[in-house]
Amino acid sequence: MELKSNVPAGAIETLWEQHRFNMKLVNPANKRKYKVIVVGSGLAGAAAAATMGELGYQVECYCYQDSPRRAHSIAAQGGINAAKNYRGDGDSIYRLFYDTVKGGDFRSREANVYRLAENSVKIIDQAVAQGVPFAREYGGLLDNRSFGGAQVSRTFYAKGQTGQQLLLGAYQALERQIGLGTVAMHTRHEMLELIVVDGHAKGIVVRDMVSGKVESHLGDAVVLATGGYGNVFYLSTNAKGCNVTANWRAYKKGAAFANPCYTQIHPTCIPVTGDHQSKLTLMSESLRNDGRVWAPKRKEDCGKKPGEIKEEDRDYFLERKYPSFGNLVPRDVASRNAKEVCDEGRGVGPGGRGVYLDFADAIKRLGKHKVEEKYGNLFEMYERITDENPYEVPMRIYPAVHYTMGGLWVDYNLQSTIPGLFVGGEANFSDHGANRLGASALMQGLSDGYFIIPYTIGNYLAGQSPAKRPTADHAEVKAAEAAVKARNERLLSIGGKETPTHFHRELGKIMWEYCGMARNEEGLKKAIGLIGELKKEFWSNLRVPGTGEELNQSLEMAGRVADFIELGELMCLDALERRESCGGHFREEFQTPEGEALRDDSQFCNAAAWEYKGEGVKPEKHLEPLEFEHVHLATRSYK
Amino acid sequence: MAKNLNLTLQVWRQKDAKSEGGFKSYKAEGISDDMSFLEMLDIVNEGLIKAGDEPIAFDHDCREGICGMCSMVINGRPHGPKDRTTTCQLHMRSFQDGDEIVIEPWRAKAFPVQRDLVVDRSAFDRVVAAGGFITANTGAAPDANAIPVPKEKADLAMAAAECIGCGACVAACPNASAMLFVSAKVSHLAHLPQGQAERMIRVRDMVAQMDDEEFGTCTNHGECEAACPKSVQLENIALMNRDYLKASLTYRPEVDAGGGL
Repeated sequence: MELKSNVPAGAIETLWEQHRFNMKLVNPANKRKYKVIVVGSGLAGAAAAATMGELGYQVECYCYQDSPRRAHSIAAQGGINAAKNYRGDGDSIYRLFYDTVKGGDFRSREANVYRLAENSVKIIDQAVAQGVPFAREYGGLLDNRSFGGAQVSRTFYAKGQTGQQLLLGAYQALERQIGLGTVAMHTRHEMLELIVVDGHAKGIVVRDMVSGKVESHLGDAVVLATGGYGNVFYLSTNAKGCNVTANWRAYKKGAAFANPCYTQIHPTCIPVTGDHQSKLTLMSESLRNDGRVWAPKRKEDCGKKPGEIKEEDRDYFLERKYPSFGNLVPRDVASRNAKEVCDEGRGVGPGGRGVYLDFADAIKRLGKHKVEEKYGNLFEMYERITDENPYEVPMRIYPAVHYTMGGLWVDYNLQSTIPGLFVGGEANFSDHGANRLGASALMQGLSDGYFIIPYTIGNYLAGQSPAKRPTADHAEVKAAEAAVKARNERLLSIGGKETPTHFHRELGKIMWEYCGMARNEEGLKKAIGLIGELKKEFWSNLRVPGTGEELNQSLEMAGRVADFIELGELMCLDALERRESCGGHFREEFQTPEGEALRDDSQFCNAAAWEYKGEGVKPEKHLEPLEFEHVHLATRSYK
Repeated sequence: MAKNLNLTLQVWRQKDAKSEGGFKSYKAEGISDDMSFLEMLDIVNEGLIKAGDEPIAFDHDCREGICGMCSMVINGRPHGPKDRTTTCQLHMRSFQDGDEIVIEPWRAKAFPVQRDLVVDRSAFDRVVAAGGFITANTGAAPDANAIPVPKEKADLAMAAAECIGCGACVAACPNASAMLFVSAKVSHLAHLPQGQAERMIRVRDMVAQMDDEEFGTCTNHGECEAACPKSVQLENIALMNRDYLKASLTYRPEVDAGGGL
């Protein structure tokens, strides 16, 4: 396997435009002969499916939910970045590009990030044209707010529901194409295998989650827009259904998996209350615009009510350590500092795993009404979950797994190492390096879906012949279907004692303990051993009730947990071999005297992409060197 | 401090769309009042699997009140006893020790049960596909600030657009009408300048599809508004009715033939 980034030569400012000109086109009359399979209907998937439908391709789109509108992009709260410079505060495409490369701790591909920043302005235009009700000023123009990791105000938002509104925009565009007959939507269908014929991705095997029927669908190219793998930690801010299965199937069929150890721990989540906890809830990072993060200076004060702790006994640790960015430092920095404070015994709330996010000053400065207008729905959500009123008592927050920067390796065209397999959104590894800045996920999903894949896929399809598309009786198709059926049978027939959730929870504990916010060699080695044991236990002591020929949520979950266990092992291996700290990957052995991440650019200025080599065999690591011609390698500083 | 509750559940069990369903009783014991309602069901399901029974199938995904996937009628109310709260955001502190809780699926002809508490809401998607959009092909958009939108209008559009498509309005309505859902989309787009071009054809097409899906008619009970977890207002229905009337009076068959307004 060779990792060819396929970044064209030329000036970064005109690279994408040049590339679009150089790519082959499929003429309109021929487009309708091609069939494209899109898995996932979040921002990247819905946008790609809708746009390719508009272009005239036959599109088949799949999602596991009961409607494409429910994909987890919907949960993004804070906003979407775009280099519109509507504030006149010095923003530009170049600055957004610069901030994103720096925020990612110099582990992303410059050419991709520049294109992302370039597309950001078109996304806002597109969304407004679709009727996305972004926040506006009294004059009727669009409003902006600031977000972590940036010193300009470039984030567009729709109350605390920006992801919802952008997804509904894409969903409505998708439904329009469904109505017009260019896209066929398959809800409650889960992709369980990728079909590769003569080295090219030509279809998928899915299970109809209502009838249980296993069926194959063939096309001329496949797009995976299946999201991230944060649920490997069991507890995360992801939806319960988010899973790595589609990506893992592709990995096992030859798509390299890049930087699996890069996970983002979000600093502002509601702390865990007990073992029953099934998921964690994020409080938008936008809260850090007005909320001040603090912990008691002294351990003895932790048990007191926050109101009883005097101003001089409070440690506003982010403002103290990072005077120029203050509470708006990037997520990885904010999270690590909260952990440190709690490790020192200065945490608050149940188990001492929490710090305060205090709005008292903001309420004094802006008035309760203004705070309510900005964050009302978030405050309400907080109160619903914790039974505490954040207008009166400071919120308690703690970091939680939120986003995964790693994913399937893709080249500049967003094509994986399997020709014909394109990957968009969180599912690919591309644009965020080792740490994603706030309000950039929505931007990337939509950039990939609306403005990149629909173009680059044409270049691939122009070299394919729809007449040669394999049919259902092809040996590879039969084999893929048989593999899915055998796997389900195996899961159903173990007949052990423990539930899929039990194994998922156990895996999560291992991952959070040894491959979470801070990692070290000893812990990672231990984790690999523990995961191996868990895998054995899973395949000998799992119980899945019911049959495969019905709606069976335990079976769905069991298959996903099986894949998460294998992924967990790969994540630990990747974290072990990346002997440096960068962004969300913090190795305790590699830190500055002040406790900041210490990169090793001489050895690790690369993307590590893993190639599957078979069951029980160590996967092979391939390296894509990263070059920084525009944003010069430097130690990130937010002081 | 967290308290523990012991509860009795009466849960609707139904093998599939074709089979007959019925209530079954389950004990839920030692339930912390910090748990969400769905976490309580998770625990009951873990117990059922271990005892060799089949767990209760229910829809859920984001568990933070935004995806609209969770759907169950709890003690006769869609999403349970708390106002403006989806089932996943309902916490057990809303219940008392010893309570009996009745849990049913959404009940509406247009939402057939697929298993236990899981229903088929694809009718909503088809209503949106019929016209719940603004035609704007990717890449064709003018600059986002080219058309100012008065803040009041943008806020009204946003309030309607907050609908999560869960279907509680249909489940709450004695007629199983989808008027609140459909009007929320009609109203969202009608408040924006970008939505004007297709305003009349949109409302006609969406209402026609709504009727085809066999949702009931609206008789102004207002149960939908009370059940809506996102506070979508009845005034949207009034707007839709006005637009629908206007659209019917100005209807020209060449529009259906693709000739434009």
